[in-house]
Amino acid sequence: MTLPPDIWVSVRLTIELATLTTIILLIVGTPLAWWLARSKAWWKETVATVVALPLVLPPTVLGFYLLVALGPNGPGGQIASLWGARTLAFTFGGLVIGSVLYSMPFVVQPIRNAFQAMGERPMEVAATLRASPTRAFWTVAVPLARPGLLTGAVLGFAHTIGEFGVVLMIGGNIPGKTKVLSVAIFDYVETSQWREASILAGGMVVFAFTVILAMTLLEKRAVRAGL
Amino acid sequence: MIPMDTIHASFRDTVGGFELDAAFTVPGRGVTALFGHSGCGKTTVLRCLAGLHRAAHGTCVVGGDVWQDAGAFRPAHQRPVGYVFQEASLFPHLSVRENLLYGARGAMPLADWRIDLDEVVTLLGLSSLLDRSPVKLSGGERQRVAIGRALLAQPRILLMDEPLSALDRPTRDEILPFLERLQNSLELPIMYVSHDLAEVERLADTLVLMEKGRVIASGPLVELQSDLGLPLVAAREAAVRLEGVVVNIDSTYGLMQLDVAGGALLVHGSAQPGDMKRVRIGATDISIAKVRPHASSILNILPARIVTSQPIVHDMNVVLALGEDGGGAKLVARITRRSWDELGLADGMGVFAQVKGISLLSFGALQRKRP
Repeated sequence: MTLPPDIWVSVRLTIELATLTTIILLIVGTPLAWWLARSKAWWKETVATVVALPLVLPPTVLGFYLLVALGPNGPGGQIASLWGARTLAFTFGGLVIGSVLYSMPFVVQPIRNAFQAMGERPMEVAATLRASPTRAFWTVAVPLARPGLLTGAVLGFAHTIGEFGVVLMIGGNIPGKTKVLSVAIFDYVETSQWREASILAGGMVVFAFTVILAMTLLEKRAVRAGL
Repeated sequence: MIPMDTIHASFRDTVGGFELDAAFTVPGRGVTALFGHSGCGKTTVLRCLAGLHRAAHGTCVVGGDVWQDAGAFRPAHQRPVGYVFQEASLFPHLSVRENLLYGARGAMPLADWRIDLDEVVTLLGLSSLLDRSPVKLSGGERQRVAIGRALLAQPRILLMDEPLSALDRPTRDEILPFLERLQNSLELPIMYVSHDLAEVERLADTLVLMEKGRVIASGPLVELQSDLGLPLVAAREAAVRLEGVVVNIDSTYGLMQLDVAGGALLVHGSAQPGDMKRVRIGATDISIAKVRPHASSILNILPARIVTSQPIVHDMNVVLALGEDGGGAKLVARITRRSWDELGLADGMGVFAQVKGISLLSFGALQRKRP
């Protein structure tokens, strides 16, 4: 059984997109989650709501605004003009920006929960043991929140792989640049290539199953370890 | 001017409707107990001392170093304290050894350590636990590790927030001797928060008595125990603690003679002559006689003088000072008012204190350098 090579291009592109998105989200999302878990600012729930918006918004709505923002007349277009391009829409960079925003709640929420569940005590203990806030964060907060960080990373990765609406709105369907798996499946169905579509769809089912099973097992192990 | 060798604290704040206005100056050595009912603010005071809570108005000077005043606030991680929380709060992701050494890392160069790992491991009996995960320890073991961890951060003062209250009775009895050894072997001032009078009587040198966010008295424990103006004497379990030197052992009867200020007591137990021991005598365990009773089964009958007295309901609290001249240690006796009247007792009178029960407080020998 041979698959057309463009499937592999899509698979690679999707994995690259999801990996990059997850890394960015961990870097941006962890401090954000820490702030949301710790801050006493009255407006922090407003920030939390904005972060959570993609949970409720139709992807096409988010995609529409992103398209405007990334397009030639939006801030994305101005940034793109720095290297002589006209727009960030319909580029891989644009997809990464869209995915980061779209998957953010799935990463931030579990990490925030983990930081909150930890309570104030471990950080207080660390402080009385002469650990600076930075050292306490890296040696106590992050290790204690590891299950939350793992869950966040897995959910962020999986959710990015599955995204469709936002990608279609801002990325379109350019093979090798923006044609990710979910769009490829749609494409195959449109062109009645049922065999290819079902292989990809089946692969996604196996992937989803593995992800959820792995997460459940990880959580169980974390509970056993007392974390 | 605050003397170098003291701990001075004064904190004023309103925390969630609770008004804290506590101030005291205590010696910078020995064990100081912050004692009071639950919710009187003693934990908040300890948190202020550690820098975990910043009182809106506060002054905190420890051994000459200003930790907080009108303009300055030294954050918790820059204060040389060891803090033992009510729950052990060990880091579950680190082994016992890593927990113990967590604070030691940033403390100071190895050469300047006053307390080293081996010493702490021996003192607290931790050698078999070192490579285990804290998750698998018993409550008592965890609390011992927490104490060791606080000590290894090389503190200049150890703050303990009811370290025994989350433990059951047997575990508590397992840890108390460790605490006593700790105070005997390390020259480290300890602030000890507790609402358990028995613990305080056993451990404290100095007492800070708190009520509703305020300090109502502070001073040497033995003085406060016999102060009729304070609630300690009014309590049903009122008692005094005495400290004395073992001078004689009578192995036939399992007794030892303990010389206290103004008298000598015979106490059950064994020790080496020269050991310092602490005993507790309950107010209801003392009766008063005007003449020395003959042919009595009571072992300890000591001449004393009535210092002062106070009626409470149908009883009298009588403060006695040992010795015919009344120059010795103070005792509190709880007798009925009827006895007081029928014997015609009065302040200043020379009497005999009959001590029916004495409990030995310290198992280990107290070999403390006298100030």
